[in-house]
Amino acid sequence: MTQLLASAEGGGEFEVLAVPLSELIMGSIAFLIVFGVLGWLLLPKIKKVLEEREEAIEGGLKRADEALAEAAQMREDYKEQIAKAREEASAIRNQAQAEKAAIIEEARAAAQEEAAKVTANAQAQIEAEKSKAVSELHKSVGAMATDLAGRIVGESLSDDAKAGAVVDRFISDLEQSNAKVGSE
Amino acid sequence: MADLITTTVGSGVPPGCHLETKSEQFPDGCGFPAPGVDIFQFEPIVSFHLFGIDFNIGKPILIVFICSVLMLLFFFFAFAKPKLVPTKIQSLGELAYTFIRDQISRETIGKAGDKFIPFLFTLFFFVFFMNVMGIIPFAQFPPSALFVYPVMLAMMVWVTYMYIGMKKQGPVKFFTNMMFPPGVPKGVLGILAPIEFLSNILVRPFTLAVRLMANMFAGHLLLTVFIVASVYLMSFTAVGIIGSTASFVMTVIMTAFEFMIEALQAYIFTLLTASYIAGSLVNEH
Repeated sequence: MTQLLASAEGGGEFEVLAVPLSELIMGSIAFLIVFGVLGWLLLPKIKKVLEEREEAIEGGLKRADEALAEAAQMREDYKEQIAKAREEASAIRNQAQAEKAAIIEEARAAAQEEAAKVTANAQAQIEAEKSKAVSELHKSVGAMATDLAGRIVGESLSDDAKAGAVVDRFISDLEQSNAKVGSE
Repeated sequence: MADLITTTVGSGVPPGCHLETKSEQFPDGCGFPAPGVDIFQFEPIVSFHLFGIDFNIGKPILIVFICSVLMLLFFFFAFAKPKLVPTKIQSLGELAYTFIRDQISRETIGKAGDKFIPFLFTLFFFVFFMNVMGIIPFAQFPPSALFVYPVMLAMMVWVTYMYIGMKKQGPVKFFTNMMFPPGVPKGVLGILAPIEFLSNILVRPFTLAVRLMANMFAGHLLLTVFIVASVYLMSFTAVGIIGSTASFVMTVIMTAFEFMIEALQAYIFTLLTASYIAGSLVNEH
């Protein structure tokens, strides 16, 4: 029995919780070397690249967003401009229409006025000619008539009033006879 | 007669039945040579004496060195010439980096923990590589199952969080903040203060180391049991075929399971470290 224990002990010098100094030191050195190389050499590099990539992606997204916003803004602007242009065109068209009507109206009014004026002028001229002719006729016919009558009657018709009345009667008779001739 | 009994009983396993003599198979009369703590024991390959310390280089420390070299090689190829558009190995490395940064550091410490990412990163992969060596062919031994390596890492963690705490909160304030958390009645403080002190200064690193070591120890032992069983039961009998095959299938399953445990333990180790650092950074307990 003692031998069994002894053999068990002999086979199991091993202690589960043993911490041999040599392996502790060598293991620590191995760990510290790996930590040093990773921590001071390799990991900062990958950290930088990851940050750069994140930035690139974020920057790209931002730029895309900006471009999108710009495009939307442009489209909005174009829409606005087109609407404005359309409005302007229609305004211009309306104005032109109105102007056209006004011009036509004006021209017509001017023409009418001109026509009226010409008519009035002509009328006035005719009237003047007529009255001039009539007065000349009065004068010359009256003179002639009185002269003739004076010669025939032998009496001087110096009295102007009388002579005027005679002439008038003569002319109205003449007119009457003229009318008779015209009606015949 | 008594002597004879003791020899047959006392030697336990007859000669020729040890695991070291696998090539001879297990002769008849051998009991199942259940693997014990001796599978965690390695003869030193090289020994030398330096500064009054005996340095023994055995398989475990060699595996640790290989782990270190592999880590350095991998992350050198991944990170040495980083490109904005990553290569395959770089994106794998970046995956590791962002995992440590987002899932461990920022999750527990926040943005202030960004400067501790290199430490957490090294810690995670050091533990992970050591653990995974348990299922890598030819290595097939996790150095983290030996208490010394978790202790080494826990020491690093301890120094780190103690230093940060004393630097951030002041050398005295750090201990008073730790031992006298606000809002605790005076009567309770008498019990709480020593408990807090012990738990923060001693228990934390000890549990951190033991948790990792025990998990790897148990996992390695379990795997070995199934591997030994599948060899031990191998014979052209019904029991042999069924038992050996079942053991082998279990070995495969346990290997997959072990891988999960190995990754999980590395994660837990790093996460706890991050939470200790976070505790040292803030003034409140």
